[in-house]
Amino acid sequence: MPAVEVRNLVRDYGKVRAVNGISFSADEGEIFGLIGPNGAGKTTVLRIISTLLRVTGGEVKVFGHDVTEEAGEVRKLISYLPEDAGAYRNLTGREYLRFIARFFEVGKKMDEIIGRGIEIADLGKRIDDKVEDYSKGMTRRLLVARALMIEPGLAILDEPTSGLDVINAQEIRKIIQNTVRQGTTVLLSSHNMLEVEFLCGRIALMNNGEIVEEGSPPELRARYDAANIEEVFTEVVR
Amino acid sequence: MNHLLNIVKKEVRELLTPATIIPIVVMTLVFGGMGSMIGGAAAVAKEKPVIGIINGDEGIFSDIVDETIRNLSAVVYNGTSGDVDEGVETVKEKGGVALIIVSSNFSDSIFQNKSGEIEIYWIMRGAGIMDSISSGVVDGILREANGKISMKLIEKGDVNATFALSPTRRNETTIFKGKEMQGISPGTISAMLSSQSTMVPIIMMIIIMMAGGMVISSMGLEKENKTLETLLTLPVKRSSIVAGKIAGSAIVGLLMAVIYMVGFKYYLTSFEVSGNVNLADYGLTLDAWDYLLIGISLFLALTAALSLCMVLGTFAKNYKSAQTLTVPVSILAIIPMFMIMFKDFSTLPLALRIVLFAIPFSHPMMAMRSLMFGDYPLVISGIAYVTIFALVMIAIAVRIFKTDRLLTGTISNPLKKRR
Repeated sequence: MPAVEVRNLVRDYGKVRAVNGISFSADEGEIFGLIGPNGAGKTTVLRIISTLLRVTGGEVKVFGHDVTEEAGEVRKLISYLPEDAGAYRNLTGREYLRFIARFFEVGKKMDEIIGRGIEIADLGKRIDDKVEDYSKGMTRRLLVARALMIEPGLAILDEPTSGLDVINAQEIRKIIQNTVRQGTTVLLSSHNMLEVEFLCGRIALMNNGEIVEEGSPPELRARYDAANIEEVFTEVVR
Repeated sequence: MNHLLNIVKKEVRELLTPATIIPIVVMTLVFGGMGSMIGGAAAVAKEKPVIGIINGDEGIFSDIVDETIRNLSAVVYNGTSGDVDEGVETVKEKGGVALIIVSSNFSDSIFQNKSGEIEIYWIMRGAGIMDSISSGVVDGILREANGKISMKLIEKGDVNATFALSPTRRNETTIFKGKEMQGISPGTISAMLSSQSTMVPIIMMIIIMMAGGMVISSMGLEKENKTLETLLTLPVKRSSIVAGKIAGSAIVGLLMAVIYMVGFKYYLTSFEVSGNVNLADYGLTLDAWDYLLIGISLFLALTAALSLCMVLGTFAKNYKSAQTLTVPVSILAIIPMFMIMFKDFSTLPLALRIVLFAIPFSHPMMAMRSLMFGDYPLVISGIAYVTIFALVMIAIAVRIFKTDRLLTGTISNPLKKRR
């Protein structure tokens, strides 16, 4: 069973069609990347899969559950990291992770989740500082830890390394790879082509609400005789 | 374009937003409303008060009282002796303020250097600031009559100076909301009830504005930080999110209320003069059941306010825009506060009574005074109304949380979903 199955997905905002009949699927345990220019519809697709937005047309299933009809079931299986998200500023990092963990488990199992979150965030003693005192990189690591500590069936990551320096971005990429090894499927969007090429098993290129190319990085490079995905992207979007 | 003009144009466009204009317009309206109320009070003070008089004396001093009263007021009941109950009823029916009874030995007593007794039955209609204006006017008329008698005594000569300055004494009874309270004037009752008239509405207004502001700002912040997006993708019921936010803000709001009440109580106590009359002596007390009703009314009004704020908060795009959305709630809290401070619910015109009843925050503001005078129907019907209002608001908030309006700003109709 595919982790994510999107068929003929359409989403309108008033008269504007943001997503125009796209279809794709992501298999269990893979990292599937959605890339495209600003306004291509990537975030809309991720929000629909995360049960935040309703579909205008088509069908989206997560591990066989329809995101509209069985939103509650889908939410038990996913973890969503929005682009440029923050955390509750008056909580400490540990308190924030506990707040989230309480929605999933209680008692010892909850403590295990929090322990995993603290390990992923790797903030040392700063985990007990308030979030308002964190740098952007520290906040992002905390949020990635929050998203992955519950070992979700599907992690939906919107620009997970957006705005981070090279070191922080590299560490987060390693965390994502480790999580996939534990069995989590990752669906991510990114502007960073090198990141997508490095992380993703398969990629869908979106432009104007449509998927204009799809395949593994080597397939796409070969198809466009390109040195890297950045060149493929430029060629396709042009 | 001139650089300076360019910058000025940009600044004006940035600053002249609904967030800056609406509060100023609201304050203008509030001050306008206060002005018209004060103007109304001045008009009432200029009007001749409606009274009844029973003059059982035919002496020269009672004539002075009689003449002064007739010149300065509209007399609707006139008698020389007679039935006090009939006089009170007539004055009540005619919308009057007081029945004044001049005792049969009034002039004789004064001739004997004893105070002449004037018995007054005050018809008190409300405990608001404006409700006691008419009785204040009658009070002034009686002082004038007292002054004229003093002048007469001084002209006559051979009189004790202290007595000449105060030749009359009053025996007052106030009838208010079915209670007959002897030895007390409407002014004293108004003063006694002033803590309820001012403190409760002000505290209630502060709680609603602060707790409501917290909910709306929290929604704005959650949207700005995208923590709401995270929350909405967690396996938690939408109703739990709404209820949790309302309950959390209610706890903080009530905590703030307690702190404010303590501070405000001390503030008001500093204005109290010694020798205040005890309300309990006149049966104006609240029992445990009354306090329970006040607590329920307060809790439900706060829940209604926070639910309304939750609905308004869904319109907030960020923290800044959330500040603008607190304005409607502030207006709804300020209007009943002023209305209740100035007038009693029962003395308001019907249209204003409907407005006051429809605003859910009015009810806890009115509850204490209403219960003190046994007006249970108003309090209980208010509780029922506020309960319905709160439930409807919670249902709307949950409904909005179940749609994607929170993120898109519009409600998408699931029935229109195309496959």
